[in-house]
Amino acid sequence: MKGQPLSRRGEGRISEGWSAKMAMAVAVAVARVWRPSRGLGRTGLPLLRLLGARGLARFHPHRWQQQQHFSSLDDKPQFPGASAEFIDKLEFIQPNVISGIPIYRVMDRQGQIINPSEDPHLPQEKVLKFYKSMTLLNTMDRILYESQRQGRISFYMTNYGEEGTHVGSAAALDDTDLVFGQYREAGVLMYRDYPLELFMAQCYGNVSDLGKGRQMPVHYGCRERHFVTISSPLATQIPQAVGAAYAAKRANANRVVICYFGEGAASEGDAHAGFNFAATLECPIIFFCRNNGYAISTPTSEQYRGDGIAARGPGYGILSIRVDGNDVFAVYNATKEARRRAVAENQPFLIEAMTYRIGHHSTSDDSSAYRSVDEVNYWDKQDHPISRLRHHLQSRGWWDDEQEKAWRKQSRKKMSGPSSFISEEGYWVPASEVCLRPCTYSKCSVMEAFEQAERKLKPNPSLIFSDVYQEMPAQLRKQQESLARHLQTYGEHYPLDHFEK
Amino acid sequence: MAAVAAFAGWLLRLRAAGADGPWRRLCGAGLSRGFLQSASAYGAAAQRRQVAHFTFQPDPEPVEYGQTQKMNLFQAVTSALDNSLAKDPTAGKDRVFNTPLCEQGIVGFGIGIAVTGATAIAEIQFADYIFPAFDQIVNEAAKYRYRSGDLFNCGSLTIRSPWGCVGHGALYHSQSPEAFFAHCPGIKVVVPRSPFQAKGLLLSCIEDKNPCIFFEPKILYRAAVEQVPVEPYNIPLSQAEVIQEGSDVTLVAWGTQVHVIREVAAMAQEKLGVSCEVIDLRTILPWDVDTVCKSVIKTGRLLVSHEAPLTGGFASEISSTVQEECFLNLEAPISRVCGYDTPFPHIFEPFYIPDKWKCYDALRKMINY
Repeated sequence: MKGQPLSRRGEGRISEGWSAKMAMAVAVAVARVWRPSRGLGRTGLPLLRLLGARGLARFHPHRWQQQQHFSSLDDKPQFPGASAEFIDKLEFIQPNVISGIPIYRVMDRQGQIINPSEDPHLPQEKVLKFYKSMTLLNTMDRILYESQRQGRISFYMTNYGEEGTHVGSAAALDDTDLVFGQYREAGVLMYRDYPLELFMAQCYGNVSDLGKGRQMPVHYGCRERHFVTISSPLATQIPQAVGAAYAAKRANANRVVICYFGEGAASEGDAHAGFNFAATLECPIIFFCRNNGYAISTPTSEQYRGDGIAARGPGYGILSIRVDGNDVFAVYNATKEARRRAVAENQPFLIEAMTYRIGHHSTSDDSSAYRSVDEVNYWDKQDHPISRLRHHLQSRGWWDDEQEKAWRKQSRKKMSGPSSFISEEGYWVPASEVCLRPCTYSKCSVMEAFEQAERKLKPNPSLIFSDVYQEMPAQLRKQQESLARHLQTYGEHYPLDHFEK
Repeated sequence: MAAVAAFAGWLLRLRAAGADGPWRRLCGAGLSRGFLQSASAYGAAAQRRQVAHFTFQPDPEPVEYGQTQKMNLFQAVTSALDNSLAKDPTAGKDRVFNTPLCEQGIVGFGIGIAVTGATAIAEIQFADYIFPAFDQIVNEAAKYRYRSGDLFNCGSLTIRSPWGCVGHGALYHSQSPEAFFAHCPGIKVVVPRSPFQAKGLLLSCIEDKNPCIFFEPKILYRAAVEQVPVEPYNIPLSQAEVIQEGSDVTLVAWGTQVHVIREVAAMAQEKLGVSCEVIDLRTILPWDVDTVCKSVIKTGRLLVSHEAPLTGGFASEISSTVQEECFLNLEAPISRVCGYDTPFPHIFEPFYIPDKWKCYDALRKMINY
């Protein structure tokens, strides 16, 4: 095994004379005493080279179970830490940033397949599902973003421009593959048919929220769909995903774990930890990096100096690829192949999906402060995953303007009378005025879910205290009772009307 | 040659003596005084090794758990781990393994395993090195169940780590960081005082459906020896143990310090005629408020002692709660005998630790208040 010293059966070229052996024993004992916990360490190795492995093995056989054959006749490097040849020319390896790892794509910007042998030949149904998932996500994003602007929900993060990375990768997985996300992967859940009602419930924190109203919007989770609940700290999910993959491997589950993160989160220590563990412990995991150009306001030029994230993979011993994240087929192909091999070979894969974050980081951000409108418009108009797929569908004859209209209409479910709701000022407001920008896709099914979500109550405040532990400790129960008593006296100062009794 | 052989044999015996610390090792192997004197004639007294600040008191052999075996604390821990592994029918060296050297990775990885439902027992080599994993423990492990509305949890994660002073550990091999974690709802923090306690508490931590941190007093690894059942058994979490009943003062500690206060109780009885109730807290979070308060209501006086620094140490939480619950029962201010508010020093350890004399003195002042 690489990196391990000395074999039991090593061929020492030194004679096995008695005096040599005794000197060896002394040397070993000295080394042992002064470095008790790490075997011989550096002290011992020169002694071993001098006196040969066989003599040593005789005295301490249990130490030498896993080592390489040691030949001291060659001038090859024997360092346990690397498998490499000597070189006598001083030369630093140049990181190649000017011409980085190439970007795999299947379609051009007009949606035409470039190399027919790379066409995944997916059935029409499936590709239409791609399209509908991405467009439904886009619509939901528009409505919920606006709803935050109007104070209806506290916070939101859109996925504009990255829908291809979500749907392409989700489609290449099995339904039971475990997903660990960052926060900008709602399309994965959308593809797995997570109902709009539950997206909204989490954003509103109402009684239908599976998360019981504890987290900020967009922190979705779903056990049935194998989507681990999102948490705010960046990159913490990376080593966790690796552990989950290890457990899946041990269980012979034939499952892969996929772990999404942005190029900014990839700078965190947890990312380094996750990559190294995954490779070293041979875990069936796909690391999927959405490189969208910005970490809030930090552009990639201020995030790293190397060749993106894909170039880091080989440093860890991970098979890596860079793909066009706005090309849903490229994302699909890469994820599909990575999945197949990760499960078959129990090793990690790193996919860096190049894309662009068209929207602001979140509703707390105004990206016009750090980038030009022209830059954003380029991506919105010229290289958008939804447009490219639509062009592809149209060129295939699988979609046309009629169907486009019908899709928008179909999702506009029949409603009795104009849909409306009460604004903060207490006036009835027509639904069409909810969105200041006209939203185009499946507006009304989203609107329906939205209105229902807004009408529902929030969960009972006693849910502050449950699930901290599996059982409620005595001290916590006391605190729960204390709040209940407090509300009995001071309840009028709290928004109890919006909460379930 | 004979001299070399003798020398070699001597060195190997030193290794076998297995004590920790270079000075202890030399003495433990029966070194003749003559050998050392030339090196240290000028300061033989100063360089004599320090005696441990406590005397481990084994508990009586337990009878209700079947056959027992003499074990020290680390053997008891190993026994618990063996029992736990025996429950898993799958064999293989992928069950107990090294990881790359990265505490945040170790704990994150363990959380991920636990999320799938499998049991993960992660070791952090010294509690002093647990801090890179602080984010994973506090922001992730502790909050997993709560933030997901109980859709996901990492309850089958246990983190175990050597803890506490060891005679020569200095800043980075002596820390007792339980107070940092006591402030984190969602995890459990446990510290055993003995081999028998260690095995039962560790098994309870492993089986507990919440992520647990199990701190093992490293100075007791070899120094604490007692009869420990071979079969698995559980000691409940969040239950303090009154190991000695008394009527005048309540003494509370955990881990190694329990043995210090036990000795203080004996001193108090002998020198002052004071009867002490000695409590081993065992679980730091969630802690057994009722047992401690019940005792203070009886005695009217409380002394809490730990090696960790005074300010923000867990004694402050106990003190604050007890004065809320038992204010009118208190005959004297609650006394905390703790480490100083400094990093843990090396050569000054005998002066730093809250030894029996400091505890005795504080107790005496409380009695005379």
